[in-house]
Amino acid sequence: MAVSRSSSRCSPLARLAVNLSAVFALVLLISAAAPLEEKQISIYSNVANYSLPVTAENGHDYVGIFELLEPLGKVSLKTSGTQWNLHYNNVECDFQPGSDIARLQNQPVPLGTSFVLRNGRGMVPVGSLTTLLPRLLGGPVNFHDAARRLFVGDAGVHFTAQIKNNPPDALEINFTARVNPSISTEPGKLVLVFTHDPVLPPGTTVLTFSSRSITSATYSENNGSAEITIAGAVPLFASFGNNGKTISVQPAPQQPAPVKSAPKPLPTAQTGQPIAAASHPVYSRYYIVVDAAHGGAESGATLGNQLVEKDVTLAFARRLRDELEVRNVPVMLLRDSDAALTTDQRASTSNQLHPAIYLCIHASTQGHGVRLYTALVPSGDTNRGPFLDWRMAQAPFLSSSQSAANTIAVELEKSHIPVRQLAAPLRPLNNIVAAAVAIEVAPPASGPSDLTSTAYEEFLANSIAAGIADLYQLPGAAR
Amino acid sequence: MNPRQLIITVVILVAASLGMALYAWRMQKHALTTVPAAYSGSVAPPASGSTEQATLFVADDNSGELQPQQASIPLSEDRQQRAQELVRALLNIYLDKNSSHPIAPGSDVRDAYLVDPGVAVIDMNSAFADGHRSGILVEDLTVASLVETVAQNIPGILRVKILVNGQERDTLAGHADLSILYDVPSVNQMVGPSPSPSQ
Repeated sequence: MAVSRSSSRCSPLARLAVNLSAVFALVLLISAAAPLEEKQISIYSNVANYSLPVTAENGHDYVGIFELLEPLGKVSLKTSGTQWNLHYNNVECDFQPGSDIARLQNQPVPLGTSFVLRNGRGMVPVGSLTTLLPRLLGGPVNFHDAARRLFVGDAGVHFTAQIKNNPPDALEINFTARVNPSISTEPGKLVLVFTHDPVLPPGTTVLTFSSRSITSATYSENNGSAEITIAGAVPLFASFGNNGKTISVQPAPQQPAPVKSAPKPLPTAQTGQPIAAASHPVYSRYYIVVDAAHGGAESGATLGNQLVEKDVTLAFARRLRDELEVRNVPVMLLRDSDAALTTDQRASTSNQLHPAIYLCIHASTQGHGVRLYTALVPSGDTNRGPFLDWRMAQAPFLSSSQSAANTIAVELEKSHIPVRQLAAPLRPLNNIVAAAVAIEVAPPASGPSDLTSTAYEEFLANSIAAGIADLYQLPGAAR
Repeated sequence: MNPRQLIITVVILVAASLGMALYAWRMQKHALTTVPAAYSGSVAPPASGSTEQATLFVADDNSGELQPQQASIPLSEDRQQRAQELVRALLNIYLDKNSSHPIAPGSDVRDAYLVDPGVAVIDMNSAFADGHRSGILVEDLTVASLVETVAQNIPGILRVKILVNGQERDTLAGHADLSILYDVPSVNQMVGPSPSPSQ
């Protein structure tokens, strides 16, 4: 009984202690599991765009002054005891730890709070940058205090956004310079985060659109970055164009209903066979995806003095897109800038878009006219249950690929353009789950110098587009 | 252990160490003197041995096709060695200054292996791939001529794999896929109708 009474007396205290311990442990667990986002400041100038960590000292934000100035110009440092003597170009500035006054060309400059030395690094309060930097750099700076974004001189990128009807319901965001944001998607929105691009806010931070798919774009800044959040009623995806100066945000193609079995091969190839959705119960916005081969550091063949294949393919792909759009064939250009894409990226992007035809553009100075290639599908059958061999993905579509190549060849022959049809071990043709054809454009009989002539490009693009339009207009082809 | 036993043990250990050092030196010398000829960079065919008639499938840039060409080549009995000699003979044609399908100077075959039944592996050197001209047709012609030449002259070859410097490579020069095994029958589709020695 004594034990029981004693237990009963201690029970509330013990329970309280247990509960407090549990709460404490939970708080510890949560704080450990969710690390705090590191504070940073971003600096944008015509010389360099970069970010630096911000540290807290006595309740104020500090940044290393030497690290901040180093990318902008010539910086040197002399120390005498704890005294910091910093030279930026021809400007001299002295800092003393514990002092909230710096001496710049022997003139006092208030820092707001004191200069700090940490592990040999001289730290100045972030709030002092608007006072200190114009005198050090000899020019204006514009500091977005709340977001810690510092614009030196006339650095800055403006943008406009508007809904375009071609393709329908696409939001086109045009920037005054090339940008490279990170892109993420969440349910109902697509977020562009600009950390190293000096993107400036528009006149109004919330832009609304009278589109059913894309309703608004909201600009915000936080922790050294700018964000544009695009709200949509449907899943969205973004693509780059105009050498990285344009971002096009469009509704993503609708996802297919679960496919219970692998697509069956289409009938044997014959000219004029519709290339249609028969093998895919999928709605696609694009009838054709045009892919300009190579790009970035991967230049492809050298076709002449300072002329490389990647540039010729891009120019021709754009011309072909124009010709297809004139014929109202929905077309998507996979590479519309000097972007480097792997063959896997090209294949997976095209496969996600579910076009009826994938057309890959190559160029060569060998021979004349046009060569059309379908995939040389390698042997091997390493399918494992529902997982199909990536190298063999084209196999069920090979006959429709040959059919598409035949139709294009017929149009080229009508225009008396030499044409040859072959198979090629050329990636990503064998990874494409649609009709897939590679076009290798060669010079006319007049010589290699005419490969890039406007008249020749137009002549070829016109004939190829006519062939594709023939396929598109066949019954059952359009989706 | 008394001092005498200690001295004997030390002498035995020193003798054993000297013996092992001598053995290692001889092995190293042997390895240096037996580097295979394929690694020497020479593209000359073997100087001795009986010659045989072989059909080389030679790429022609003008027609964009393979042209069968009869050649009298010293070929060894060993099938792997034969494959290497055939490829080297083909490369010699391409390295000629009047070749209709020129390849990079210094191009050579490092080795050839016949592995699984019906599979030949041709290991080319870096100069061959690094200096190869870029383009779908020009690369396909090279690959097809290598595959056809080996397959048509060595019975039983069904598939061919091309390595560069002992490693798998994505493409020959930006186009022709070298990550795959080439099926001999399907290679005919790369450059047109099936070539035959009678053509």
